Amino acid sequence: MTAVGWLQILAFAAVIFAVTKPLGSYLFRVLEGERRPLERLFGPLERALYAVGGVDPRREQTWLQYAGALLAFSCFGLLVTYAVLRLQAALPLNQQRFGGLSPHLAWNTAVSFSTNTNWQSYGGESTLSYFSQMAALAWHNFTSAAAGIAVAIAMARGFTRSVPEGGARTIGCFWADTIRAIVYLLLPLSGIVALGMLATGVIQNFSPYLEVTTLEGAKQVLGMGPVASQEAIKQLGTNGGGFFNANAAHPFENPTPLSNFASLVLIFAIPAALTHTYGRMARDARQGWALFAAMALLFFAGVSVAYWAEARGNPAFAGLAVEPGAGNWEGKESRFGIAASALYATVTTGASCGAVNSMHDSFTALGGLVPLFDIQLGEVVFGGVGAGLYGMLVYVVIAVFLAGLMVGRTPEYLGKKIEAREMKLASLYILLFPLLILGFAAWSAAAPYGVSSLANAGPHGLAEILYAYSSAAGNNGSAFAGLAADTPWWNTTLGIAMLAGRFLMIVPALAIAGAMVGKKVVPESLGTFPTHGALFGALLTGVVVVVGALTFFPALALGPIVEHFLAEAGKLY
Amino acid sequence: MQREIRIALRVTVATLALTGVAYPLALSGLAQLVAPAQANGSLVTDESGRVVGSALIGQRFTEPGYVWPRPSAAGAGWDATASGGSNLGTTSRKLRDRAAAELERLRAANPEAIGRVPVELIAASASGLDPHVSPEAALWQAPRVARARNVDAARVRAVIESQVEGRTLGFLGEPRVNVLLVNLALDRQFGRAPE
Repeated sequence: MTAVGWLQILAFAAVIFAVTKPLGSYLFRVLEGERRPLERLFGPLERALYAVGGVDPRREQTWLQYAGALLAFSCFGLLVTYAVLRLQAALPLNQQRFGGLSPHLAWNTAVSFSTNTNWQSYGGESTLSYFSQMAALAWHNFTSAAAGIAVAIAMARGFTRSVPEGGARTIGCFWADTIRAIVYLLLPLSGIVALGMLATGVIQNFSPYLEVTTLEGAKQVLGMGPVASQEAIKQLGTNGGGFFNANAAHPFENPTPLSNFASLVLIFAIPAALTHTYGRMARDARQGWALFAAMALLFFAGVSVAYWAEARGNPAFAGLAVEPGAGNWEGKESRFGIAASALYATVTTGASCGAVNSMHDSFTALGGLVPLFDIQLGEVVFGGVGAGLYGMLVYVVIAVFLAGLMVGRTPEYLGKKIEAREMKLASLYILLFPLLILGFAAWSAAAPYGVSSLANAGPHGLAEILYAYSSAAGNNGSAFAGLAADTPWWNTTLGIAMLAGRFLMIVPALAIAGAMVGKKVVPESLGTFPTHGALFGALLTGVVVVVGALTFFPALALGPIVEHFLAEAGKLY
Repeated sequence: MQREIRIALRVTVATLALTGVAYPLALSGLAQLVAPAQANGSLVTDESGRVVGSALIGQRFTEPGYVWPRPSAAGAGWDATASGGSNLGTTSRKLRDRAAAELERLRAANPEAIGRVPVELIAASASGLDPHVSPEAALWQAPRVARARNVDAARVRAVIESQVEGRTLGFLGEPRVNVLLVNLALDRQFGRAPE
C-alpha cells in the first residue's frame, strides 16, 4: 500500500461526501417538491412523456398498484429486449453482421438488463450489434435505474408520510417517479458525462470494425461503436453492463485514470445522494446521515481489506525472481494500478453496479472475498440506485426490531410502530437472497453441467460459483469471469436468480411501504430509541454484517477463506 | 390493471425511442462534431501517414528493437474483438506455469537487463489490450532495445523517459509509458527497428 494509493481512495470518499447533499436535495425537489427545479428546461419533455404514455402524474397509487405498474413496465421491457436480441440479424446498425442470440443467451441478457443486473454472458464486441447495444441495453440502463429510484422513494414515502385518519394509503405514482428520474436526472447527466468521457478518449461512432496493420505488420481489428453514450448511463445508473467483454477495463470504455475516477464517482453519486433525499423526506437530515455513516463504515472496511490484500501480491509468484511487494498485477491495467483497481472492485460491488476495471477472478483470495461479501451483504454499501436505499431500509426495520427486543418495547421508526407484518416481510426479503444464492450454488457445484464451466479448480472454483449466483441474485453483474456462463444451465438459472433477486425483493419492499404508510405517527417520548445517532449507526452496521456473515460464512469458509490459507501455503491446483 | 398495462406499453415505446435511439444518435452526431479524433478511436499514424493502430489499444510487439507490452489474454493475444483477462486465480497452476515461462523468456531475451523483472511484465492485463507498461518495465528493456538497434542504451532510456506519462493531477492512476507511442518515438529517433 502506498500513500498515493490511499490519497486516491480518500479523495474519492471526499467527493462522494461533497455531492451527497446537493444532489440529494435536487432529487428531493424533483421527486417530492411541489415545483421541480429547472422545470422550464425539462418540463416540456416530462409533459410530452406523460401525454404519450397517458399518465396522470397526480394519480397516486397504493403499494399494490405501484408494484403492478412496475411489473408491467419491466415485463414489456423484458419482452422487447428478448425480441431485439433474437431478431438482431434483421435489425439495423449491424455492421458486423452478427446473428441473433440463442434463446438461452437472449433470455439471460434480457433478464440481466431488465433487472439492472447487467451480467454479461454475452461478449459485447463479438456478439451484439450497435442497435442491440443501444435499443436493448442502454435503454434498460435508463429505465431499470429510474425504476430503482422510484421504488426507493416509494418505500421512503411509506416510512415518512403521515396519512390522516381515513386518508388514502398511497405511496406515489410509479410513472411520474420513473419519468421524472429519467428526464430530470439520468438523461441530462448522462449527456454531460458522455461528452466528458469522450474527451478522455471513449469512442462514439457507428463505423464498422476497423482493420489496421500494426507497427510490426500484423493485422488487428479494432471494435468500434457508440460507447460513450452507454458508458455514462451504465455507471450513473449502477448498471454496469459493458459495451465490450472486458467492460471498464477496456481502454475504449475507460481510457485514463481520470475517466476511471469519474466512473467511480458516478457509481456512488446517486445511491449516496438518496440517503440525503431520504433524510429530507423524514424532515430530519440526520436520519439520512445515519444511513450514510453506516454505509461509509462498511465501505472503508471493504476497501481497506481489498487494497491490503491486492498490494501484498500473489503468493504463488514469491518463488519467481520478480520484484517483490509490487502487488497482484494479474488482471489489472497499468494505468489504474493496484489502489484504483481495489477501490473500483469495492465500489462496483458495494453499489449494485458490476462494471469492472480489473478481473476479480484473478484477485487474491481475500481481495476477491471483499467484492463477493459486499454483494452478499445485499449491496447496501451505498448500493444500487434506489436498491441500496430500499435494501438498507429493510435492514433498518430489522435493526429497530432487535433494539426493541433488547429493551422490551414495541419498536418504532420515525414515530411509526414496526409490527409483525413488516417484520415478516423484512424477513422474507432477507431470506430469499441466501436461498437463491446457496440453493443454486449447491446444485451447480454438485452437477457436471455446473462445474464444467469453471476456469479454476479447488476452492477458487467454488468461489466462482458463489460469485456468479451472488452477483445474479444481488443484481450486481460483475463476475469471476473465468466461469464460462454462456451455457443453457448457467444462462437459465442465472436468469431465474436475477429475476427473483429483483422482483421478489421489490414486492416485499413495497409491501412494507404499504403497511407503514397508513400508520399513526406517535409523538417522540423519552422511551423512543433515536435512529439518527452514532449508536443506531453502529447497530445498523452490526446488523448488516451479522446477518450477512451468519448467512454466508459457511460457504465462504469453503471458498475464498480456505483458498487464502492454501495459497499462503503454496498449494496450486 | 388494464389501464396500467396500456400505460406501460406506451411508456415502453416512448422511453425506448428517447433513451435507446434518440440519445445515442444525438450524442454520436455531437461527438463527430466536437471530438472526431477521440470518437473514432484515437488512431495513430506513423511518419508516412499510415494508420498503425490506436493509441488506446495495445498491440503485439516481439521484435527485440521494440519495447514489449505485458502478456495478453485477449483471444489468441492482442485480439481487439475478444477483450478479456486470463481470469486465473492465485492458486492456479496454469497461471504460475505461464508466469514462470514468461519470466524465462524475458530473462533469455534480456541478458543484460539490470535488476529483477518488473512483475507486470509476467502478469496479463484485465482487458488483454493494455496499451501501457510502467516506466520501470519499459526502462528495464532498454539494454535489449539498444543492442538490437545498435545504439547507446542511455539514448534509448532518454527516449523512454521522454514518453513517461505521470499520474493524473499528481495522484490518480499510475505513471506509465504507452508502448505503441514509445516505439514510434524510437523509430523516429533511430529509424525503423531491424527485425
